[in-house]
Amino acid sequence: MTAVPVTSATSLRANRRWALIAAYACLGIFVVFFLFPPYYMLVTSLKTNAEIAELASNPWIVTDGVTFGHYKHLLTESSFPRFFLNTTIVTVVVVAITMVISVLAAYSLARLRFWGSGVLATGVFLTYLVPDTLLFIPLFKIVGWLGLLDTYWSLILVYPTLTVPFCTWIMIGYFGSIPRELDEAALIDGANHLQMLLKVFIPVALPGLIAATIFAFTVAWANFLYPLAYIYSESEMVLTVGTVTTLIKGDVFHWGGLMAGALLAAAPPVILYAFLMDYYIAGLTSGATKG
Amino acid sequence: MRVLPPLLRRKPAVAVLMCVPLFALILGLVAYPFFHALFLATLNKAETAFVGLDNFSFLFGRQTFWMVVRQSLLFALVAVVFKALIGLAAAHAINTIPTKGQRKWRGMMLIPWVIPPALSTLGWWWLFEPTYSAINWGLTKLAVPAVPWLSDTFWARFSIILVNVWVGAPFFLIMYLAALKSIPGELYEAAEMDGAGPWQKFFHITLPMIRNIIAITTLFSIIVTLANFDIVRVLTQGGPLNTTHLFATYAFRVGIESGDIPLGAAVSLFMFPMLAILAFIILRNVRRRAASLA
Repeated sequence: MTAVPVTSATSLRANRRWALIAAYACLGIFVVFFLFPPYYMLVTSLKTNAEIAELASNPWIVTDGVTFGHYKHLLTESSFPRFFLNTTIVTVVVVAITMVISVLAAYSLARLRFWGSGVLATGVFLTYLVPDTLLFIPLFKIVGWLGLLDTYWSLILVYPTLTVPFCTWIMIGYFGSIPRELDEAALIDGANHLQMLLKVFIPVALPGLIAATIFAFTVAWANFLYPLAYIYSESEMVLTVGTVTTLIKGDVFHWGGLMAGALLAAAPPVILYAFLMDYYIAGLTSGATKG
Repeated sequence: MRVLPPLLRRKPAVAVLMCVPLFALILGLVAYPFFHALFLATLNKAETAFVGLDNFSFLFGRQTFWMVVRQSLLFALVAVVFKALIGLAAAHAINTIPTKGQRKWRGMMLIPWVIPPALSTLGWWWLFEPTYSAINWGLTKLAVPAVPWLSDTFWARFSIILVNVWVGAPFFLIMYLAALKSIPGELYEAAEMDGAGPWQKFFHITLPMIRNIIAITTLFSIIVTLANFDIVRVLTQGGPLNTTHLFATYAFRVGIESGDIPLGAAVSLFMFPMLAILAFIILRNVRRRAASLA
């Protein structure tokens, strides 16, 4: 009688151990799959042109000595710093515009009902599902009419269409989850809407605000289609397009510089992510699950 | 105490005012461009004359266009299936190991999702380089013939899907992991008591519990994948012989590069019915989920 539960417990334990071994094996394979491209980019960016052009040695490691020449060239003798500055300007302005529009609208839609507010909230969600590739051609005409073609101001105009809907949507969720007792208390103390927003809603929903900011930052930093379609002059280019189009010309073995450029251009979102990973994930998952 | 809040809330003017910027943005830069696209698509190339549906009938008569339609659908379906499977496997593996180590593994696996796709695709472009790069070097060492990754139609399509899966699988991983965490542990304990094995637990507890999240994530991903631009643009620019073009890259080629804006607008608009159907289903799902949570 007593032998039965013992064997079932051992087999359970054995089961769990096998599940653990299988899980680690799986994770090992996936991590290699997910990380080998950036690793290879890094290795290439540290190689001399001679080593990149050479066929015999192992391409996965640096055998001929590490060089920072590609990075130095990029930062001192190319338009790369200009691209970096342009991207930074565009991103900072877009994030600021996005947060102002989204927070105001989300506060209103989450707390103050008015005629048509339900429809507007649904509209926000539907706009979030509109991809940049659907409307880039009519927007090209609009950008042209406004005289913004070939300036990075065109990006500042159109990027909010990609960032504002999602940010408003998740802020509605975060604001909506704040207990009503909190704003009632503030109202009794004589707070007006602006004070309530600044003193109650924003501090309480700060994690949501950070998540929305990270999202807006990532989208504005990474977009490729709009700058490719609207900007042609090197002096106005942003990092994504500048790296892809201007660093590919010239001699055949531009790979070292190209990889160095791609890594440097990708560094700010990756660093931001490394520090704020949990907010980033909270924002992503709440976008699809908050009603 | 109960009278005060409704009094202050009865200020629709303030509420509407706060939504004006949002409303202006949606109206001016989303709704208006959409209708303008419909108008543009009915013009001739010089945009001087109304041609009705000629742009559409021109596209319907072109083999290239039908190839773009087929390739877009094939690309989206295959890529989404693999993203979903890899995301689910990885999320499940992370959820199996002790909680202490989960953050580290999850952090590493999300990196492809954080790098701007246009830039990470440059890295892949170099990996696919036939002579000097690393993948074919490895294949040659294993005595496998080098693969013409981007110059052969089959391999070019394969490569584009591979990169898309690489970029997009972490999104599924995040969503699934969040869903797995929300399943009460008691369910598994009870199943173990009844002698359920790992597969039974997976099919009878895990899968039914996260079904809704799987559906929403998949629909989201189909939209994003169908509308993809960056990967194809950087890797193949639609080649060889237009066989890897998606709606977006083909619209860019026709509308911006060849300067036929009306035709480009028509190509883009072909995405709209598909996106509208997907959006409708997502909205219904999200509403149902919100209702079930409330």
